[in-house]
This record gives sequence, structure tokens and C-alpha cells, in this order.
Amino acid sequence: MKRDEENPAHPPEKWRKHKRGQAGRPPVIAPGHTNATVTEQIAKIVLRRDTARGWYVGLAISFLGVMLLFASIGWLLLRGIGVWGLNVPVAWGFAIINFVWWVGIGHAGTLISAILLLFRQEWRTSINRFAEAMTLFAVACAGLFPLLHLGRPWLAYWLLPYPNTMALMPQFRSPLVWDVFAVTTYATVSALFWYMGLIPDLATLRDRAKSKPWKVAYGLLAMGWRGAARHWERYERAYLLMAGLATPLVISVHTVVSFDFAVSIVPGWHATIFPPYFVAGAIYSGFAMVMTLAIPLRRFYGLEDFITMRHLQNMAKVILATGMIVVYGYAMELFFAWYSANPYEQGMMQGRLFGPYREAYWTLIACNALAPQLLWFRRVRNSVLTLFVLSLIVNVGMWLERFVIVVTSLSADYLPSSWDTYTGTKWDWSLYLGTIGLFLALLFLFIRFLPMISIFEMRTLIPTGAETPEDEH
Amino acid sequence: MLFGLIGKPQVETTCFGVLAEFENGAELLEAIRASRAKGYSKMEAYTPLPMHEVWEALGHTSPLPSIVLVGGLVGAAVGYGLQYWSSVIYYPMNVGGRPLNSWPSFIPVTFETTILFAAFSAFLGMLALNGLPRPHHPCFEIPQFENATRDRYFLLLMAHDPDFELERARADLAGLEPLSVAEVPNP
Repeated sequence: MKRDEENPAHPPEKWRKHKRGQAGRPPVIAPGHTNATVTEQIAKIVLRRDTARGWYVGLAISFLGVMLLFASIGWLLLRGIGVWGLNVPVAWGFAIINFVWWVGIGHAGTLISAILLLFRQEWRTSINRFAEAMTLFAVACAGLFPLLHLGRPWLAYWLLPYPNTMALMPQFRSPLVWDVFAVTTYATVSALFWYMGLIPDLATLRDRAKSKPWKVAYGLLAMGWRGAARHWERYERAYLLMAGLATPLVISVHTVVSFDFAVSIVPGWHATIFPPYFVAGAIYSGFAMVMTLAIPLRRFYGLEDFITMRHLQNMAKVILATGMIVVYGYAMELFFAWYSANPYEQGMMQGRLFGPYREAYWTLIACNALAPQLLWFRRVRNSVLTLFVLSLIVNVGMWLERFVIVVTSLSADYLPSSWDTYTGTKWDWSLYLGTIGLFLALLFLFIRFLPMISIFEMRTLIPTGAETPEDEH
Repeated sequence: MLFGLIGKPQVETTCFGVLAEFENGAELLEAIRASRAKGYSKMEAYTPLPMHEVWEALGHTSPLPSIVLVGGLVGAAVGYGLQYWSSVIYYPMNVGGRPLNSWPSFIPVTFETTILFAAFSAFLGMLALNGLPRPHHPCFEIPQFENATRDRYFLLLMAHDPDFELERARADLAGLEPLSVAEVPNP
């Protein structure tokens, strides 16, 4: 769909008037839209009867990934975690690497929907919905890994405190137990926040759906929402409060994830830089993933009016800024190793830079420290293709970062006689690819059945004087 | 009110209210002010997007922040209490010589349960105060009301207003030049 056919004749100076002091920047919503056109354009992606063939192809490919995931889990349950490449010094391999990678990706969704809301960044509006969906699906993928790493996942409920015949309780002084609480709380609150944001849009779909079964389905989910002013008032308060709660939550989650490492005494892990370094890395990788998803979505669904260059440029800037914090983290790791004057710390760092995993380390530096520097250039931030490629590079870089942290520290710690090298087996890789398949399959289902852009929040962006108070943004 | 089960029973009438449809938010605001000036006290506005001015014009504020505060405090008490009970009373265990009540280690879980309970209070509190879920509402009988979730603004003068008279309300709303006026039947 071409946007010029939909909204003819909108001179560029029209939006410049609305966005005071921001002349020259692309708008957060293309000019010429009204409440009705925004509603129709987003709702019709969901409500249309025919489904694009590309969607089926995409879902089929990602469903192959889901099958791979099932096969990998099946084989794992049959044979035990010996099918993975774990060994005695490296007892945390792909499972923890992938867990941290997925949780980190999820964090950008909460950041966009909660933190940017509190900072009144109105550009967040068209990307927050699918970023939140991304959070949910990424956390679902993340949760699988520690669960399967237990070896006997059917006993996972032992992690929860409940009175039992064994008279045992979780060890509340352990970061691993904190992690159980942090990640389950995070998943629950993210789901609540996402569903709450969907309620007014579900009501829109209920009122726009043509067929009875869909009307009933959306109607049940919308719970009778009708846009009453009193409802809106409580809704806005609740939404803002949820955002205020989700903001410290998202920071606490990756902090607790970093405690899994930092509270131990393993060389390279026992460092105070870990919590901020992990949180920044999470935001960095998450924004890269949002970009990886947003660029094809806006292209294939013709959403350039709503996910404009402004969004891509802003995300590029966030990636650059958080990337610099991550680079600072790498520099501090080197500094700590040297300044500690501890032979084990220094030996670990030497091994990281020049040992058996040096390729992983230097690739990570190239992906995370060097490649994003291109984003300093306006021309790079304006090129959709370059941004897409860069976002993929960052995703790879952040995976390698977790690989380097987990494996180089564990494979060579205090006791040289127990040193060993680590590589993932084909079952490690198949499980990882399987979760990518699951993530994509869930996203495909999401964009088909739910509005991927928040319709009611897009209405608030439409500049029509009385209905968009300036102080709100 | 809550799920339509608890709360004041409404007076038996055949009319729920009179609903007027407006083109934009400014007209709706004007209509609210005009109706208030005419002495109507029970009214509700329906808008496709959240509008501060509208609920301020209706004179509405909710106790939601206090509900969330209480929820958060309960969450903190539950979280810390759980850890204290299980580490000090139920299963005291010496871990590396640390005190049984090692409070700094108990903070992360306490924090998470605080957030969890507060978030549920915000969500469930919003639903309960709004009387949701309520899958059906008398206004849904009016065909044009489906645009309340698209691009139209509605004002409902409610029949349980003591000063409500159907014909007068109809005439008053029609005088505001809305797109349409409809009587909402009470099922």
C-alpha cells in the first residue's frame, strides 16, 4: 500500500507547524491522518479476511524452528543434559548464555513502553506495542533455558517456596533464587502491562470486526470497554502507575541476572561493574532487536506512516549511547583485571584476549564496540538497510558477549588441573535455533491477530488542537 | 458495580439515558459544560482516546494511587515475611555463619514481590473501579455507538439523574447540534 494514495496532498510544512522547535526532523506520524484513518489502517491488518502469502511462508519457516525446539527438548529429556557441551568447569554453557541474551532482548520492550512513557517521549507510541510483545516472547524463550538446565525440569516447582513433605525451603541468600522471583515477576508484570494496553484496542476490534465469532472473541477480551471518561481516567492512572512500577522492575531484573555472576567469586565475574554493565547491554541488544523487527514490519505492512524515520533514528541513537556504556564496561573489565593485581583475574583476562576463545572476544569487540560507531553519521542513521544490518550485527555481538563472559571465566579459574575448553554441541545449537523459531512464530501470530501498533495511543498523536493537549507530551 | 453483581440496584426504568454523538472533543467538552449548566449531574462521556479535559469537566478523580500503594506495601510485607518465616522460623539453617535473618540478602525478593503486588493492584483495581468485565452495556444497543472506539465522541445523560426527564433531555442535547441523538433503552 502506498501512503500517498491514502492521504493525498499533505505539504511537508504542515507537520512542521505541529512539532514546534523540531523542524527538519521527520514526524512521529505522517501528516494527514485522522482518528478514523489511523484506526482503519491499523485495524485492517488484523481484521482482513485474506492473509498475505508472505505471512504463511514466514509462519511456516518459524514453525519449523518450533519443531526443532520440540525435538531438541525431547532428546534432552530422553538423554539428559549430557547431550549439551557442558563439562565440569563449564557447567553453565549455552543455557545461561541464551537465557541472558533473551532476557536482555526483552528489556527494550519494557524500556520503550514504560521508561519512555514516563519521559514523555511521544515517538515511543508506534513501537511500544510490538516491543512489549517482543518482551513477552523473549522472556518465554529465556525462561525455557534455566528450566531445561535443571536436568529434571518436571521438578522446577522445587524452586518455589511452598510447605512440602521434604521440609525444605529455597535458599533465599542465593541470587539464583532471586532470579526465579525476578524473572517470574517480570514475565507476569509484562503480560499485565501488555494486556492492559491492549484493552481499548480490543474494544476497537470488537466494534470493527465483521464476523460474529471474531466480534465475540475480541469482545470477551475487551471486557466491555467502551471508552467512558471515568474509565479512561482510572485507566490512565493505572497505566502510568504500571509504567512507574515496570521501570525499576526492568532494571532490577537484569541487575539480579548480573548478580548470578557477580555474587560468585569466579575471576572476571566478581565485579561491581556488572549490574549497570548488564542493564546497558540489555537495553542495547533489545533496541537492536526492536530495530531488526520494526524494519521488515513497516516495510511489509506499509506502516511507514506510523513507524517513521524518526523512530529508526531515535532507536539508532539509543543503540549508540547504550553501546558506548557497554564499551565502557569492557574497558572497566580490563582495568579491574589489571588493577586487582590478582594473578587469576589477570590470567583469565589474558586468556580472554589471546586464549582459545580470542576469536569470539575480538568478534564481539568488532560487533559491539566498532560497528555501532557508524551511527555517529547522519547518513547511516538515515539508511534503513544499513540500520537493519547493524542491528543484526549488534544481536550477534551481544550473544558473543555473553558467551565470552560465561565460558572464558569458567573454563580457566583457580585450579589449573580442572581447566577445560568448551564448545556447544549440535543440540545446544538446535535448542537455540528452536527458541528463535518459537519467538518468530509467536510474533507472526501476534501481528495477525492483535494490533501491532497501539491504535488509541496513535489517536493521541493526531494534531487537532483541542483533543491533543500540548502538556501531555 | 463490581461485575454488575454488587452495588446499588438501579431504579427500574425503561430508559437508561439519552446519548448524543459529536464530531470532536471540543464539541463534546462544550456539551458537557452546557449540560452541567442546565443542572444535569449524572452524565458520562465516551471518547476514542483518553482526554484529561473531559474527565476534569466531569469532575472525576479516582483513589487508584492509594490502592496501588497499599498493594505494594502488602507485597513488601508478604515478600519479607515469607523469607523471614522460612529462613528463621520454619527451616533455620546456618549458611556460612550468616545470621538467620540476613536482611540485605532478602531485599531483592522483597522488591520483586512489592512490584508484583502493586502491579496487580493497579490492574485489578482499575478493572474493579470501572466495573469491568461487563461484556454488555445499554449503549451498545445504539448502532452509531460502535464509533466510540473509532473517531466519535458521545455524551450520555443518565436516566437515574433525579432531574432527568426524557423529552427535556432529548431537546437539550438536540440544541447542542450533535451528529445524532438517541434514546438508550434499559434492558
